[in-house]
Order: sequence, then C-alpha cells, then structure tokens
Amino acid sequence: MPYPQAGSAGPAAIMQRLRRLPLTPPLVLAPSLIATLVYVVGFALWSAWMSVSTSTLLPRYGYAGFVHYRALWSNHRWGIAYTNLFLFGSLYVAGAALLGLLLAILIDQRVRAEALWRTVFLYPLAISFVVTGTVWRWIFNPTSGVQHLVRSLGWHDFSFDWIVRRDTAIYTVVITGIWHASGFAMALFLAGLRAVDPDLIKAAQIDGAAMPRIYLRIILPTIRPLFVAVLVILLQFAIKTFDLVLALTSGGPGIATTVPAIYVYDLMFQRGQLAEGAAAAVMILAALVVVLVPYGMWASWRRSRV
Amino acid sequence: MASLSIRSLGKRFGPVDVLHDINLEVEPGEFVVLVGPSGCGKSTLLAMIAGLESITTGEIRIGARRVNEVPPRDRDIAMVFQSYALYPTMTVRRNITFGMESRRVPKAAQAAALARVASLLQIEPLLDRKPAQLSGGQRQRVAMGRALVREPALFLFDEPLSNLDAKLRVEMRTEIKKLHQTLGKTTVYVTHDQVEAMTLASRIAVMHQGRVQQFDRPRIVYERPANMFVAGFMGAPAMNFLPAALATVADRPCVLLPADGAAPVALPLPPVAGEAALVPGRRVILGIRPETIGLAPAAGAAATVEAVAEVVEPTGPDTMVVARLGGRQVIARFDPDTAPDPGDRITLALDPSRACLFDADTHRLI
Ligand SMILES: Nc1ncnc2c1ncn2[C@@H]1O[C@H](COP(=O)(O)OP(=O)(O)O)[C@@H](O)[C@H]1O
Ligand SMILES: [Mg+2]
Repeated sequence: MPYPQAGSAGPAAIMQRLRRLPLTPPLVLAPSLIATLVYVVGFALWSAWMSVSTSTLLPRYGYAGFVHYRALWSNHRWGIAYTNLFLFGSLYVAGAALLGLLLAILIDQRVRAEALWRTVFLYPLAISFVVTGTVWRWIFNPTSGVQHLVRSLGWHDFSFDWIVRRDTAIYTVVITGIWHASGFAMALFLAGLRAVDPDLIKAAQIDGAAMPRIYLRIILPTIRPLFVAVLVILLQFAIKTFDLVLALTSGGPGIATTVPAIYVYDLMFQRGQLAEGAAAAVMILAALVVVLVPYGMWASWRRSRV
Repeated sequence: MASLSIRSLGKRFGPVDVLHDINLEVEPGEFVVLVGPSGCGKSTLLAMIAGLESITTGEIRIGARRVNEVPPRDRDIAMVFQSYALYPTMTVRRNITFGMESRRVPKAAQAAALARVASLLQIEPLLDRKPAQLSGGQRQRVAMGRALVREPALFLFDEPLSNLDAKLRVEMRTEIKKLHQTLGKTTVYVTHDQVEAMTLASRIAVMHQGRVQQFDRPRIVYERPANMFVAGFMGAPAMNFLPAALATVADRPCVLLPADGAAPVALPLPPVAGEAALVPGRRVILGIRPETIGLAPAAGAAATVEAVAEVVEPTGPDTMVVARLGGRQVIARFDPDTAPDPGDRITLALDPSRACLFDADTHRLI
C-alpha cells in the first residue's frame, strides 16, 4: 500500500467496511434518485397542475379546467409549432442517426488518420447551439452565404434561399441540427461497431457474405440496443431545441419555424400566461409519450417473444 | 477432399516477423494439428489458410489451386472459431443456413443440408433458439454444424474446445475424432493442448516462435522429438533433461551421467540417428520420459541410479515422484502400489532404449 495506514481506520479499510453494508447501494443512489424524482416527476406534475390552474403572471392554485388547452389549440401559431416539432424531430433524429451511422461505417474501414476524422466529425458537438445557429445563419443567408459565393463564382442564376422562405426555412433548422449532432451519433455507433467480435465478421466472410450483407444482417442487428440509445438521446435533443432555432431563424420568417419550446418560453416569461405555457409544456411531454410508449410496448413484446 | 500445401510461407505484421518459412504438405483426408504455446503463430497460420490474413511471402495451395489471392468465400473452406462466432441475433437455424443463403443455395437443398447436420450433431431441439440461450457445449455443436453444413474441401478449427470445461472437452474431442473418421475431410486443427494434439492428429506440427519445429505422426513426435522444445512441450509431466557426456567404456559408446557424490553412472547409448556424431567427451542432454523410469529391484543392476524421493504426488492411476538425482530434479511416474515415501532413498531403473539424446548446444536430437 503506497500510503501509511492509521490502524484499521485507513480510507481503504473504511471503504471496505462500507462495501459490506447492505445499505450502501441505496444510500449511494439516493441523492440522484431524489433529484430525479423532484426535478422530473415533481416538476412535471406541477406543470400539469399549473396547466389547469388560474395562474397568469404568477402561480395561482385555483382550478380553471381545460380552458388553456382549448386556447392553445385554437392558436394558429401553436399549430405550426407543434407540426414543426414533429417534422423537425423526425427528420433531425433520422438524419443525424443515418448520417452518423454512415460516417461510423466509413471510419470503421480502417481509414488512415482515423483519430483526425473522429475529432473533425465530433467537433460540432463541442460548439454551442447559439454559435452553430449564428454561423449557419450566415451560411444560409442569400446575401452573404452559399448563394452569394456560388453567384460570385459565375453561376448568376444560382439560388439557395431556403432560410428566407416560409415553406423551406424549417429544413435549414434540420440541416443545421444534423450537422451538429451526426458526429455525436457517429462516435456512439463507432464505439459499438468496434465492440463487435471480429470473429463474427470473419465467420461471415467465410460464409460467403459480401460486406454490405455482413453489415445489414450481422453487425447492425448486433448493435441494435445502441440504435435505441442514439435515437432516445437525439429525440430529447430535438424536443429541447430552442436556442438553435432562436439563433438561426428566431422562429421566422414570420412564425414559420416556431417550435413548442420557444412558444412555451414566450407564454410563460414574455406574456405572463403561466397556465397556458404550462399547458403547452404538457403537450410537449405528450409528444414524447406518443413516441416512447409504443416503443416501450414494442420492446417488451419483443422481449416476451424471445 | 483436398490436399493442402504450404510452401515457404512467411507473415509479417509491420516490423514484426510472426511466421518464418513454414512448409507443410497435408494429404487429402488427413487430420493435421498445429500445436504450440500461446503466441507462436498458430492462429495467424490458420487465418492465412482461410484467407482472413494476407500472405507476406510464400504460397498456399488447396488441392492444385494456388489460393494466395483468393478471398475466403471462394476457398471452399469452413472454420470453427474459439469464440464460436455464432451470429447472436439469429436463431441456430439461421446461423447454420446463413452461408447457404449468401451463396443462393435453393431453399429445398438448404433444408435438406440443415436436417442432415442437425441430426448428425443431435441439435434438432435447439434449432429455434438464439445462441445466448445455449450452453457452452451446445454452442460448440452449433458452431460445428455451421462448418459441417458446407461440405467444404478443407476444415479449419481454431482451439474449438478451449472454452469448455474439462469433462465436456474430452467428450467433444472424441466426437470430433469420430466425425473425422466418418466424414474423412482434410482438417487443420489448432490447439495449445498437447493431449488434444496427440489424441486427434494423424500428423502434428509443433510450432514455436513462428517456426514449425517438427511435423510428424504423434508417436514419432512423442518418442523421437526433433529438439528439446518439442520434447518438453509434448507430454505432461514433461520429459526430464539431464546433462551428461558421451564416453567409450569397454570399447562401447555410452552416456556418462553424473550421480550424487559417487562416480558418474555409465548408461548404454539410447538410439541415435548419426553414429558419426558419437565423439567421446561430447556434451549432451539425456532426455528421459517420466513413465520410462522404474524402481530397480536391487542396486547395482544395469542402468540404475541412486536418488532420493523428495515429493510424492498421487494422481489416481499413477503416482508422480519428484526425486533428486545428481543435483537435478527428476519426475518419475510410478504405479501407486510401488511408489516410495518422501525421503526414501531409491534406486531408479532407466530405460536407455526409450531415452533421447540432445546436443547440449543446439538442443537438437542426435
Ligand atoms: N493483427 C496483428 N497485428 C500485429 N501482431 C499480431 C496480429 N495478430 C497476431 N499478432 C502477433 O502474432 C503472434 C502470433 O499470434 P497468434 O497467431 O494469435 O498466436 P497463437 O494463436 O499461436 O496464440 C503474436 O505475437 C501476436 O502478438
Ligand atoms: Mg490463437
């Protein structure tokens, strides 16, 4: 032992005695469990309550019924925000996961300077949404970004003005989000690919399978649990999207790229409509439930079949 | 069935030379075992035969065809891996038929081949399970099934039994031998276990530090090991090595073995290949297998030496006795009935006709 021991009360001895206590695991887990309960379950319930209360600028605890939900759903802006959530969410999650997987598979082919590629692709995640959004706003901006560059190279009728058009602006948010997160998905997938037993691939080669078939039938099914992890993480990125949209489009042009998180923020802290904001927040939670509950049922159904 | 020739094969991983000048000619239907300590290059050699590792120098032929540039799937081989490498997300059935699906074998032929292999290995009840739901022995069988279903020209095994417990290992060993006797396929089998090598092989290639030390029938490898490495590696407990010298006593060449205190003991010469090498005074190593040492009824008989029993280790059928002889430890295998007690002074009867002589410098068999 490198450090002197004071009788049997050395740190090692204490740790050992602690480990023997049956109470230790619950004790160690307790702080994070309590925090999770208070912050996740507790505040979710509080929000739900607020959404049916008479609160305005400050919380009030009188019961108002479902008036705020009705108000919410009769608002055109909320309809757009909620549609955007699903549109952005599905495209962003699928796009980032697919691009990440593709990059991971390419890097898995023992490319040269692998560490460099990994860092390059992972780097966007280290940049905050605000910076990402600002930079990409310049890139998408017709008068300063890609359109300007291509036109100045001689293609004068080239046009790339998605960010200023109502029907396409949301896709600039999707592209920026995918740029930001696909490296992260790549890192997770690459770790998973590297953990696959190389003998499996050798066996499949001897079995006469070509590389695409080996990936589709053997490697990717083996890392299926990882897909779930990546999708869930990306999904919660998607639902939290707030600062990215704010920095990139500020919800515009007009209200074309509003998302529910912006809407909630607006209602609660700009307009003093706490109850309706809470109702909107509950609807975001509902969106999550709509996605996750069927998945959970499907997963447990699969497990019962095995 | 096909022959396999490996000619002047070498393998290098970057700056590291892993295999040097490997030459093996495997006859059709033979069961060749590559045996050697961990890290000697057995798996690398097998992977090169399979086409999973590139060839640095030399060539490999399966049948008459040079396969150096042929990808694994076109080499007409099947391989069983140490980890079994069963596809974890597929049922046993799909594991076995995956190769045939990849090769677009018609469904009816697939079903027939699956049925044949499943009944041969008695794995019919397992067909709809996933690998995670199988015991180690069952996984091993499925891995064998996946290889057998191909009816390849060449079977390759990489330590297929080393993840099984001792009892199952012996059972599966017998089963593999039986399968080979029924199917008669050319087989290359890698193991680090010399008992497996002795029991299974029609010929053994003993490998050490990337070279084949000896390639011969098990009995020859055991009785006439090419060098001291082979002699020490094959057989447990290992062969005893005693430094000695050649001499001429009464006009006959013999081996002088230093004994405790007393004058050296002159032993009759073991069988040697080159009579010309018998220069009196040449330093040699006498190699004696534990089971060729007996207890002499009386001291002073021919080829006997005095020793002290130090440790006695009963194993059941035999009792191992560690004795001290001429300042060296010697292990002898005795019948439990006649075994001495620790501390006893004993007279050991050596059997020179079953001993080996090695050169003291080159460690090669004389
Ligand atoms: N891909 C590789 N790169 C570098 N060295 C390797 C590689 N594969 C094996 N080796 C080296 O080659 C030697 C032989 O390995 P291997 O064939 O696996 O031995 P064995 O199967 O006899 O235990 C070992 O020293 C090992 O470190
Ligand atoms: Mg090996």
